[in-house]
Amino acid sequence: MSGGAKLDRRRLLQRGAAVAGAALLGGCEELSRRPFVKRILDSAEVLTRTAQRAVLPRKALAREYSEADISKEFKANGSTNSNDPAYLALAAGGFADWRLKVGGLVEQPLELSLADLKEMPSRTQITRHDCVEGWSCIGKWTGVPLKHVLDRAQLKPPARYIVFYCADDLGETGSEAGKYYESIGFEDACHPQTILAYDMNGQPLPVPHGAPLRLRVERQLGYKMAKYVMRIEAVEEIRTIRGGRGGFWEDLGYEWYAGI
Amino acid sequence: MGPAAFVMRKVEVVYRHSWLVRLTHWVNALVLLVLLMSGLQIFNAHPALYLGSKSDFDHPVLAMNAMQTDGEFKGVTTVLGHSFNTTGVLGLSSGSHGGYQARGFPSWATLPSYQDLSTGRRWHFFFAWLFLFNGLAYLIWTFASGHLRRDLSPTGTEIKHIGASIAEHARLKFPEGEAAKRYNVLQKLAYLAVVLVLLPLMLATGLTMSPGMDAAFPWLLEIFGGRQSARTIHFLTASGIVLFVSVHLVMVLISGVWNNLRSMMTGRYVVTLPEGES
Repeated sequence: MSGGAKLDRRRLLQRGAAVAGAALLGGCEELSRRPFVKRILDSAEVLTRTAQRAVLPRKALAREYSEADISKEFKANGSTNSNDPAYLALAAGGFADWRLKVGGLVEQPLELSLADLKEMPSRTQITRHDCVEGWSCIGKWTGVPLKHVLDRAQLKPPARYIVFYCADDLGETGSEAGKYYESIGFEDACHPQTILAYDMNGQPLPVPHGAPLRLRVERQLGYKMAKYVMRIEAVEEIRTIRGGRGGFWEDLGYEWYAGI
Repeated sequence: MGPAAFVMRKVEVVYRHSWLVRLTHWVNALVLLVLLMSGLQIFNAHPALYLGSKSDFDHPVLAMNAMQTDGEFKGVTTVLGHSFNTTGVLGLSSGSHGGYQARGFPSWATLPSYQDLSTGRRWHFFFAWLFLFNGLAYLIWTFASGHLRRDLSPTGTEIKHIGASIAEHARLKFPEGEAAKRYNVLQKLAYLAVVLVLLPLMLATGLTMSPGMDAAFPWLLEIFGGRQSARTIHFLTASGIVLFVSVHLVMVLISGVWNNLRSMMTGRYVVTLPEGES
């Protein structure tokens, strides 16, 4: 090998390394904004969901803990209240006039009071709440398994998703467009630990944790577990709802499948 | 010195790295860099670590915070109850558009540079899959081809003389001639620790942070002592890999950088043999 060729190769290597470094650091950021890169990165979500569904038996339970494990301080994240006058009026009345509306693709639309929900079969579970930010808290939840409510409403066959509409305006738009909402698939909706919780740690669900009713989906991250639930709708497609990705945080770029 | 001291040396080119090792090495280097930087982005969403199943917010084992004392903002890093002023790097540093802001790791270390957890997660999980496929290809080949037994497993003699090898490395004296054709014992042990312990540990602790995987494989929580412990081990293991890569890069630089780089790109490594050795 001649000296010149050697030098060229060195220069090429140096330049290549410099370009690769710059492309990686600056480029990834720039790339993150391109729709086709988003689509490529999003493909990992499909892979993750498919892989987890493959190894996770339908009815496999999330770990349940003992009373001694319950967090002394359970962090209330996201909205810690609602500024909706209608909600505040309900809260002032101890939620006596609150009704959970169940509709969409159902044979029998429902309006259920807290007393109605408490008369239905209940489940109590001490579970770990994993926030997408990285922290975990353990709490005891009592509520009615979602399946009982859906069975009473009788889903129509095309229903594939259950959507939860909430009272909190996390988007701070002052309109319905900023209100929290979430959706889960049929498999999670029928999971025994998926409950509509009205009690937390043996007390009525406090306002910062979503009074009077919040969803628990124990095999996914915290943001799936909608607080201040006002209305449940069974739908065939979530693409036509709001941002089209199936939830408040999902519309801002988070994964719809939050099992990881 | 007179001409009599001139020793004739013979140069031999050996084929040191197979194509699969070279390919998976560079893919891994890129993938680990993206995983590290997007991982730090994810860490920044809650820059504190805990032990056990849940977060005891008052007693983190490590935390990076911005604090205000006497009207002045400081970046404070707390490790096992001991606090350090880390202003400018950890806890408080310049944002991607200037101006100090509260953030765990600084913007130059995270992907994206600005605070954006959801984008950090997208990059992290996409590259985690690449990491898995690349790692599996490497491990299957390493076991099946005999690379593990032939090139990476230290011999009994090597283990016995490990003290001498450490002393040689400490004096930055590297094996020459015939011995340079093989990995030395410290290299073997370091590479084995990384490919069989640290990298699989990254994957396992990462999966233990997934509520879905915990329901599928509850024993993951037993092995690592809970989700928050797994998160802490994930962080420490990543730190261990950063340490390895740092030492690795220094070694590559001081033990013949062009020869090392060429061998990891073309496979060919030049060994200088003293006359009569070959």
